Amino acid sequence: MDPIITSTLCVGGIGLASAAALAVAEKYLSVKEDPRIAKVAEMLPGANCGGCGYAGCADYARKIVNDNVDLTLCAPGGPECANTIAAFLGRAAGAVEKRVAIVLCCGDDTAAARRAAYNGITDCAAAQATAGGDKACAYGCLGYGSCARVCPVNAIAIVNGIAKVDKALCIACGKCVDVCPRKLIKLVPAAADIHVLCSSKDKGPVVKKVCGTGCIGCRICTKFADEGSIVMDGFLAVADYTKRLTNEEVVAKCPSHCIRKDGAGNAETAAAS
Amino acid sequence: MTTIRSPHTFRGGIHPAYNKDLAAGAAIRELPTPARLTVPMSQHLGAPAKPVVKAGDMIKAGQLIGEQNGFISAAVHAPAGGKVAAIDSAVTASGRACAAVVIETDGSAERQAMPALTEWRGVDRKELSARVGEAGVVGMGGAGFPTRVKLSPPSDKPIDTVILNGAECEPYLTSDHRMMVERAREIRDGAEIIRHILGAKCLRVAIEDNKPDAIAAIEQAFADMDGDVAVAVLKTSYPQGSEKQQIYSVTGREVPRGGLPMDVGCVVENVSTAFAVWDAVVNGEPLTRRVISVTGDAVAGPSNLLAPCGTLYADLVAACGGIKGKAAKIISGGPMMGFAVGSLDVPTGKTASGLLLLSAGKVTCFTSQACISCGRCVDACPMRLAPAELSQFIEADDIGGAEGIALMDCIECGSCAFVCPARRPLVQHMRRGKAAVMARRAAAKRG
Repeated sequence: MDPIITSTLCVGGIGLASAAALAVAEKYLSVKEDPRIAKVAEMLPGANCGGCGYAGCADYARKIVNDNVDLTLCAPGGPECANTIAAFLGRAAGAVEKRVAIVLCCGDDTAAARRAAYNGITDCAAAQATAGGDKACAYGCLGYGSCARVCPVNAIAIVNGIAKVDKALCIACGKCVDVCPRKLIKLVPAAADIHVLCSSKDKGPVVKKVCGTGCIGCRICTKFADEGSIVMDGFLAVADYTKRLTNEEVVAKCPSHCIRKDGAGNAETAAAS
Repeated sequence: MTTIRSPHTFRGGIHPAYNKDLAAGAAIRELPTPARLTVPMSQHLGAPAKPVVKAGDMIKAGQLIGEQNGFISAAVHAPAGGKVAAIDSAVTASGRACAAVVIETDGSAERQAMPALTEWRGVDRKELSARVGEAGVVGMGGAGFPTRVKLSPPSDKPIDTVILNGAECEPYLTSDHRMMVERAREIRDGAEIIRHILGAKCLRVAIEDNKPDAIAAIEQAFADMDGDVAVAVLKTSYPQGSEKQQIYSVTGREVPRGGLPMDVGCVVENVSTAFAVWDAVVNGEPLTRRVISVTGDAVAGPSNLLAPCGTLYADLVAACGGIKGKAAKIISGGPMMGFAVGSLDVPTGKTASGLLLLSAGKVTCFTSQACISCGRCVDACPMRLAPAELSQFIEADDIGGAEGIALMDCIECGSCAFVCPARRPLVQHMRRGKAAVMARRAAAKRG
């Protein structure tokens, strides 16, 4: 027989046999997946940031449909996303509060001293492992940008030697929170706009020696802040984000200018004093 | 007792400027007890000791102030008598903070020690190694591995060779050198105790050939020792003092990957550790002080000081005539494997063999560049790794990839970074990568 015909018949035959096998497999071996999972996955933003704690949006969708996992874990999607999914599945969404990351340090290179010259790889954990970091303050932001590098949406920039989060871009995935060797980054309600930007647990005189804008534990803010919205943790004022802090007077009263309102930079605060 | 010129030497390694002449001639000088000691609870590898005194307690020199907290841990004793001012936190040379007992010394001569034991030959081996543990003796070469653990190998790992490490391959450092010259007799007795505890037949003292006076002193002190005893004269090369490299240089045996010296029947102990073992067993004295070289071109009078553990670096420098000119870099330990420190408010510990102050002229400020694939680091690596490739994996955050090409076998000796013409901080990359692997393993363990 003509070799062309032989090969055509052979390949065609294999093709037909495989198609038949696949058709049988489709009928008897197919895995039945809830069609709602694909729909829910489509409703999620598709950022695959992992902020919900699951391996990407598809995995989270599977968990929502199969295991009744809380709908409100998706930070990038926010309330709209949760409500859409809730309406689709006929479940209650619950309240979602949009959260953003914030770096609790305002001691940039104009305010905080560096005690040594660090000459090594640009990574905060590596700098921290070298004699405990070059920043004189043992709590402050080192500014080597490990958080900025893990941010999936480029919401973090290093400004004057410390990390700043752009609230508008942040999707609260929490990657920066995990990577910061000094544990300075927290996820807070986006509605909150007054923050205590210091994490130093040292006593006032020690803080003053190393940073011009660190919390000295004077407690003045606790008197002006709304009831319970700023509490003392030893020598450090800490904002309690479960309570609303609206009284802007605390910003002006803080003698070391570490309580700041969003949008107000270092220079503006200094001018106001 | 013989002297042998070792026929082997490890592959790779480097020849940095040794600069030992700064302090090599300076006899060991005892530092008067400072008024205030900050004794860290973590002066060893493993879990930090648990403080057993509280603020306000009156304590005697030699009293237990931190008890051993786990299997890989060591006890800490008071270097001097006085009042406990506080249980504070101190940043040690490695940059990590740990609990520290702050003592206001009162200058009293009263000491508390275990009863002396001159007739140790008849004593049970287990009892002797327990005594070494009770005295808080740890490896004094730098890693600080508890000696008690090294002296009790499992019964299926017989030890036939004890190597006393007197190589001191780190540039600048001279503390072990001076110990061998001035305390050879005690080191000999300590070595005999270690050999007895381990039941080893063979004893080698490994010394690099750039220390002829130490070789002569050790030869003389060990002359009357019976059995298979020899001084192994090693080629001067860095890192000849590293455990695995030294075992190869002395015995020709290779420690298997991921294995320990005991897998090839060896135990390596630093010469200063042998001294501490002698002091603990014979005199009952806990390990509370050590010889530290304070050297470098920014020190007015480079010295070898016998200082209590917990002395601040500032006190050591003051005892050496202060800083000459301006110190640009302060390193705890030697220039190859030491830790750069940010200030002189750091306390010494059992593992602190040197304090190095360098002027700006001796310090290079570098900018890390891209790897030019020259392969010099591969030639220099004594562990036969490929540092260039490892560092690129780590830079790309591919920690699994780095682990796959034996990242965890890196001994952080710094040979690769020393020879790198692109000035890549290779050791820092390795340390970062190793920390990431350890963190991942710990996370996997937690589940």
